[in-house]
Amino acid sequence: MEATGHSDAIAVERTLAGDRDAFRVLVERHSRNVFRLAYRMTGNQHDAEEVVQEAFLRAYQKLGQFAARANFGTWVYRIAANYAIDRMRQRKSEDAQREPAGRPGDDGIERDPASLVPDAAPSPERLAQSEQLAGHMRRALDELTPAERTAFVMRHWGGSGIEEIADALKSSTSAAKNTVFRSVQKLRRSLEPFVERRRQAKAMGTEL
Amino acid sequence: MKHPHEEELIAYHGGEILRRDIIADHVTDCPECRAELERIDAVLAALSTMPVPEPGDDYGQRVWQQIGPRLAERRARWLNFGVGGGFAAGWLEPRRWAAVGAIAAVVLLAFLAGRVTKRVTPEAGMADASNVRERVLIMAVGEHLGRSEMVLVELGNAEPANAKQKEVNISSERRRAEDLLEENRLYRRTALEQGDTGLANVLDELERVLLDVAHSPQEVTPAQLDNIRQRIESRGILFKVRVVGEELQQRAESPTPAAKPNGSTKLERNKT
Repeated sequence: MEATGHSDAIAVERTLAGDRDAFRVLVERHSRNVFRLAYRMTGNQHDAEEVVQEAFLRAYQKLGQFAARANFGTWVYRIAANYAIDRMRQRKSEDAQREPAGRPGDDGIERDPASLVPDAAPSPERLAQSEQLAGHMRRALDELTPAERTAFVMRHWGGSGIEEIADALKSSTSAAKNTVFRSVQKLRRSLEPFVERRRQAKAMGTEL
Repeated sequence: MKHPHEEELIAYHGGEILRRDIIADHVTDCPECRAELERIDAVLAALSTMPVPEPGDDYGQRVWQQIGPRLAERRARWLNFGVGGGFAAGWLEPRRWAAVGAIAAVVLLAFLAGRVTKRVTPEAGMADASNVRERVLIMAVGEHLGRSEMVLVELGNAEPANAKQKEVNISSERRRAEDLLEENRLYRRTALEQGDTGLANVLDELERVLLDVAHSPQEVTPAQLDNIRQRIESRGILFKVRVVGEELQQRAESPTPAAKPNGSTKLERNKT
């Protein structure tokens, strides 16, 4: 990790000195991580890929601001989160203007085939049950505001600290903390009945 | 101890350090809170099973193929200062931007009075004095818009600190709006004097919103907060601030910013 950080710093320095290909190293190294964040935030592959591209373009544009910072991966992650919030807000407002029938699927999120496979060789019933829960989870995430979803993804999937989240949300740390709490609280309200039912079934050995 | 609030349990689950030992002891002894923590854990554990499509080993290369040709059109800000990480990095480093914001008004006054000389900006290298002055102005206004945007976004996200509290404390946003008002008036007047009516109009609208926020009570009811939000939304001010911010950024990146104020960019902004 330290070696990656060191070589990131060299790549940044070389890019700043005018070596454009040095930036390629950074893009190739960090794209997949940024994609994972962007997918979890936006809920679909197309928007996630757009967020990744825009995040690196912005990182290149603002590289002068990075020079004093320690970790390029964290920095570009935050830029991606910040752009994804705008993208989600734009998407929500576009969706709100459209007819409900025009939405892609009943939950408004594209169903990537990979997201339908929860574990190896499940029975058809278990697959259906898992997909049902996955559908609930997608809907619950979609019901969060862009800021809440960003805060949740960064905190619980990205392991980001409150200050990083506050930076991405452009808010104070206390507001960011509150947003993280609100996101978990809303997800609990939406998902707990389904998760609990499943947990109890599992405990009683009646899970399909 | 009393049962911890849901907020504390969620923070504890997320690794919060504050009161960690006390909550840990309580959870060990209290079956009710232990069960609550398990329920939180179950929901978060279920969410962490949501898979993400694997973009493939060559994903980074594909991203580079997409963005590589577009880097030139996004001229890197640091290149426009004609230096590497040194001056540009320090100048653009966010902590220093706060200082830039603070001195911006003073620099701006000197700028208007025509008293800024090359002696003040020796680092500017090849850039002439008017370019440097304009860059300072552009950066100062850009910083001002950035801080205004932050206040508006925070207001958009503000909620009561906990479920039991009915009123929302917006004292921090209110105080910052007050601070931003003076700067805003100065920049608006400058924009008007320079004939940049597009920027002056956006700053004028921003001023009304900042005034609204600055004159709001420190604690507002959700209805009052909605009212403030609606006033912000109805003016579309956040969008306009972002558009102008982007445009100022492009001007800061332009090799000859002084040549632009009467050009097409101003006309475009007048449309916002």
